[in-house]
Amino acid sequence: MSTAKTPIDRSGTPLVDMRDICISFGGVHAVDHVSVDLYPGEVVGLLGHNGAGKSTLIKILSGAYAMDSGEIYVDGEKAIINNPRDARSYNIETIYQTLALADNLDAASNLFLGRELVSPIGFVNDDAMEAETRKIMARLNPNFKKFKDPVSALSGGQRQSVAIARAVYFNARILIMDEPTAALGPHETQMVSELITQLKAEGIGIFLISHDIHDVMELCDRASVMKNGQLVGTVDVDDVTDDDLLGMIILGKHPGEG
Amino acid sequence: MTDTSNTGGPAAPAQKGPVARFIQATELDTRLLGMLGALALIWVGFHVYGAVVNGFGAFLTPRNLWNLSVQTSSIGIMACGMVLVIVTRHIDLSVGSVLGFCAIIMGVTQVWLLPQLLGLEHWAIWIITVIVGLITGTLIGAFHGYLIAYLSIPAFIVTLGGLLAWRGAGFLVARGETISPVDSTFRLLGGTADGAIGATGSWILGLIGVAAVIASVVLGRRQRVTHGFALRPVWADWFIGIVGSAALVGAVMLVNSYYWPRGIVRRYAEDNGIEIPPEGLFISYGFAIPVLILVAVGIIMSLVMSRTRFGRYVYAIGGNPEAASLAGINTKWMTVKIFALMGFLAGLSAAVASARLGSATNALGTLDELYVIAAAVIGGTSLAGGVGTIYGAILGAVVMQSLQTGMVLIGFDAAIQQIVVGSVLVLAVYLDNLYRRASK
Repeated sequence: MSTAKTPIDRSGTPLVDMRDICISFGGVHAVDHVSVDLYPGEVVGLLGHNGAGKSTLIKILSGAYAMDSGEIYVDGEKAIINNPRDARSYNIETIYQTLALADNLDAASNLFLGRELVSPIGFVNDDAMEAETRKIMARLNPNFKKFKDPVSALSGGQRQSVAIARAVYFNARILIMDEPTAALGPHETQMVSELITQLKAEGIGIFLISHDIHDVMELCDRASVMKNGQLVGTVDVDDVTDDDLLGMIILGKHPGEG
Repeated sequence: MTDTSNTGGPAAPAQKGPVARFIQATELDTRLLGMLGALALIWVGFHVYGAVVNGFGAFLTPRNLWNLSVQTSSIGIMACGMVLVIVTRHIDLSVGSVLGFCAIIMGVTQVWLLPQLLGLEHWAIWIITVIVGLITGTLIGAFHGYLIAYLSIPAFIVTLGGLLAWRGAGFLVARGETISPVDSTFRLLGGTADGAIGATGSWILGLIGVAAVIASVVLGRRQRVTHGFALRPVWADWFIGIVGSAALVGAVMLVNSYYWPRGIVRRYAEDNGIEIPPEGLFISYGFAIPVLILVAVGIIMSLVMSRTRFGRYVYAIGGNPEAASLAGINTKWMTVKIFALMGFLAGLSAAVASARLGSATNALGTLDELYVIAAAVIGGTSLAGGVGTIYGAILGAVVMQSLQTGMVLIGFDAAIQQIVVGSVLVLAVYLDNLYRRASK
């Protein structure tokens, strides 16, 4: 598949440009002067050990953490993101590693959490939300039938598809996927891969956090590697080998440095 | 309930027993059915015990059930708010003291302050008094919520402090005195002979209720057709409509068959110049006003919890606070609102309790926090958060009050009452755990 990639046009303004981002927790520099960017239709992989700062960086973009310093530009304009609501207003959607689902609510309630469909008198319209959920699930996971059950009753793959549906439903332009396939079997992983390819074709930009080098080589256009809160480097995936990426992750060495 | 109907596998409804099919068709909450069954058992049990041992079954009489409904009101109103607090993984130990403090503030307002400004028994006194009480409760609750949400002090500690502090504050404001007599219109909120709406009013309300039941069945069916969802079988819709209507009509007939005591009737007849016929004059109590307040609170809170964003967020926060926050819900502000609502309901409950007592004393509401929490928990609210219903909490309050009333009627002393109520609380939570495990 990696050979069939169409080159990404990076001449225009990036969809997202995170510049010189810093955040520390109790004196530990979790993210230390990191800059990454993302173009329309591009998948950028974020790689690194546990604790390298990938998830923290991405949580700044999704509004879960407030950065200490740095700037975020969306479509070339400075974006103010102080909370998840702000991020959503820039069409930034996130699929968290933990999925961030309220286990006691059903699929529709989770999908629309924070953005419920309401009737003219302000009551939540559960029937309309269920109908919409049925529509999008028919596309993402046709086997999904448990619309009335709380998501705690669902399998790992079904829960994942609820989390994905939530990100995709609201016309995301920037999608953050934190280990989207960690809890999935081979078949479901394949479905996520296909979905990523499809969303990419629609011009959506995707940050993909993954531990799996093969996933990254297959799905991503570029990879940004982090170590100890710092950016080791960003490389074009077609220009490097698996071993190059491993070297960046483990040794923190840029392949150009030899 | 290992219900497999929604898994999409090859449907096999044929193997199910009639009970399972009935529950599935009517979509009734099995926990609700279980609680109603337990309640029926308690009621019949006390009645039969009284009939056999004491020679008089006093429980299932209009008089006792009417009084039971009035006595449940104060705890029931607060239990509705406690559901929200517990669902969001908090606790409120201060509601009894807040009730006492609000009652004192209302007592001061209507006995010491307003008569001097407006004159004794002015028509507006009770309205201003109730508003003052509600505002007092709301502000106290909001203050607790602020400390919990924005200063990150655990709810247990904040409200434990509140339990002590507001009781003390009430004593200071009232200088330890009992404040009475309260305004005569205000007294109606407590549910006395006057504080009930009579036979005609009860029928009107009952029939409005029947209309609402029928409308909800019909509209619900129409909604499902619009969205192309599976319909309930027609007989199940009929069943729900008929049982719901029958329950309402039965309740009206019950409260209407409890008549004013002879003394009150005589005074009423003298005041209004009515001749008492030789066979006696029968005036029905009808629904008591505090019971109607409880019903109104229950309906409104149920709507809030199941039909508004606010309610949805309460459950979401209880299920996964982090997910709620990542979904853009302002969980801190929600906490303030939830505790403010709890305070509001404590204020409302204070109006009912002090109106019933006819005065405001500092001891009002003592130990209520424990009964309120117990009512919510017996009603299926999980202390782990995320689970709980308004109707469950109200039923829980009825169960607790039934136990206490029943034991008084058959002559158990206070010590045994405490042991039984305490044991039932623990047993109810254990049964609930078993139910939850079985339904997984």
